[in-house]
Amino acid sequence: MNLRTIALNNLRRRKSRLAFLVAGLLIGVATVVTLLSLTRSLTMEAEHKLESFGANILITPKSDELSLSYGGITLGGLSLDTRELREQDLARIETIPNNRNIAAVAPKVLGAVKVGEARVMVMGVDPRAEFRVKGWWNVDGRRMTAEDELVAGSRAAGRLGLRSGSTVLLDGHPFTVTGLLRETGSQDDDLLIATLSAAQRLLHKEGTVSLVEVAALCGDCPVSDMVDQISAALPSGKVSAIQQVVKTRLHALEQFKAFSFGVAVVVLLIGALVVFVTMMASVNERTREIGIFRALGFRRSHVISLILMEAVSVSLLAGILGFLAGMGVTRLLLPWLAQGHPHLVWSPALAGGSLLMAVLVGTAASFYPALHASRMDPTEALRAI
Amino acid sequence: MAFIDIKKLRKAYKGAGGHQVDALRGLDLEVDEGTFLGVMGQSGSGKSTLLSLLGGLCHPTAGTVLVDGIDLYALDSERLADFRREYLGFVFQSFNLVPYLTALENVMLPLAVQSMPSTDKRQQAMKVLDRVGLSDRGGHLPNQLSGGEQERVAIARALVNQPPLLLADEPTGSLDTATSAEIMALLRELNEDGQTIVMVTHNVENQAYFDRILVLRDGQSASTDINAVPLVTNFA
Repeated sequence: MNLRTIALNNLRRRKSRLAFLVAGLLIGVATVVTLLSLTRSLTMEAEHKLESFGANILITPKSDELSLSYGGITLGGLSLDTRELREQDLARIETIPNNRNIAAVAPKVLGAVKVGEARVMVMGVDPRAEFRVKGWWNVDGRRMTAEDELVAGSRAAGRLGLRSGSTVLLDGHPFTVTGLLRETGSQDDDLLIATLSAAQRLLHKEGTVSLVEVAALCGDCPVSDMVDQISAALPSGKVSAIQQVVKTRLHALEQFKAFSFGVAVVVLLIGALVVFVTMMASVNERTREIGIFRALGFRRSHVISLILMEAVSVSLLAGILGFLAGMGVTRLLLPWLAQGHPHLVWSPALAGGSLLMAVLVGTAASFYPALHASRMDPTEALRAI
Repeated sequence: MAFIDIKKLRKAYKGAGGHQVDALRGLDLEVDEGTFLGVMGQSGSGKSTLLSLLGGLCHPTAGTVLVDGIDLYALDSERLADFRREYLGFVFQSFNLVPYLTALENVMLPLAVQSMPSTDKRQQAMKVLDRVGLSDRGGHLPNQLSGGEQERVAIARALVNQPPLLLADEPTGSLDTATSAEIMALLRELNEDGQTIVMVTHNVENQAYFDRILVLRDGQSASTDINAVPLVTNFA
């Protein structure tokens, strides 16, 4: 028999009050857990989505010269560097330690060809990888698959008068246009896009590529690590992270987090208020009982400890149930909120955090009621004596 | 020196309507160890106020209360709580058992904040429960016990910490005659074993069990002579 026995017996034998107290905190904890775990699951999904919206690592041949092109404006005739990457070296990208984080490797070869009197840029690509990295590409018609097929950029098609199904001669070699790329607003609009091997042959660049775009599907590994790993695997390439993509992704995640933290704080405050009001009512209801304790020789500190022990026990219970309820709600909501195949993230940190949060909030909200109880005048409290 | 030494004890408080009520007006009282003192008087005569002051539950307006040489109201509130735990056993009017604790747990209540092995606490509680004849009812909640049984549990709780002084406020107030007689006989037995008891009552039938009485009238001592109070006087 000690203070803990009294506290636990009170909770055990007054189940309706216990249920009310637990419910107040449980709803708060469950809401916070739901928000945080939803955010986490949606964030993971969003990361995947964002990755498929563009490559975030660029591999170009090493060059000693500075670029003479910016924003689509190139100083003609001064770009003399003609070094290329060897296609067979690209296999080495797949051997880096973080290779499971690589979503797509999209090699390209670039060069100019003559169509009639006009000079047009041809880009040879691996169609599967390229369309994966360029999620925003929409083709009227179909993608090129065979060696003598191509997809024309919107401006190039307009300039050359190409339509789906028409045939065009590139440096005298006939190609069939299988589709037209809808306007993208980028340099892609000016291109004729053929398969990698066809373009290499056409441009006499067999076995070489001009640049490689890599989409890395990495949620929490730093992109700079992957850059270093690819650089080590490809000494002849200059590997750089496209910071813009990285930054945009981080910004989107930050907004997710800021929103859910904001809501969590408000919900927790409401939970704390419920605990405070219930505890205060409970203390007032137990005036006589507290008078008995005081008359029997309990110190003020004993009364405070007793009330806080009850608060901690209630909070622990509410924390455990709230965590489970929150995960349950997340599981129910997730299929409606996320596309694709998001999965529930069971995080020990979230479990521990929600317990700690419940206990902190429950105890803090019960502190004044406990103090109030300890200040009760035992005579007032007993009335009868 | 007397075990209880009360000097010029005054207690005034604000009554209904805001006017001052003098519950006690300069009471002097000395009680020796081993006495069974009955405090009698009409309603409002200051009986309960005296018991509260003796129990260190409220502060006097003036005067001193010494128990075993300890000046109660020179102690701070936490030390006063310690004094209650170490020196006093309370038997309240209407039992005042904690409803969610069993009889045995109620008896152990004063030991809850003491550092001793829980088996010793249990043993000590069982002993006093046995002393009041309830050793087989320890596992029952208060609402499963009769009025007389609840009173016995309350007495056992008051005795469990072996206090030098037992204070009882109308312990037979809500019991029938036969049960009242049993409880009074129990208190008498305890007194014969050396327990000092101060008991407030307005039931003159209890007078026979006391070895000394204090009759209060308007906050002052009217008589301390046990033979001076006629048994027929009804103080209620």
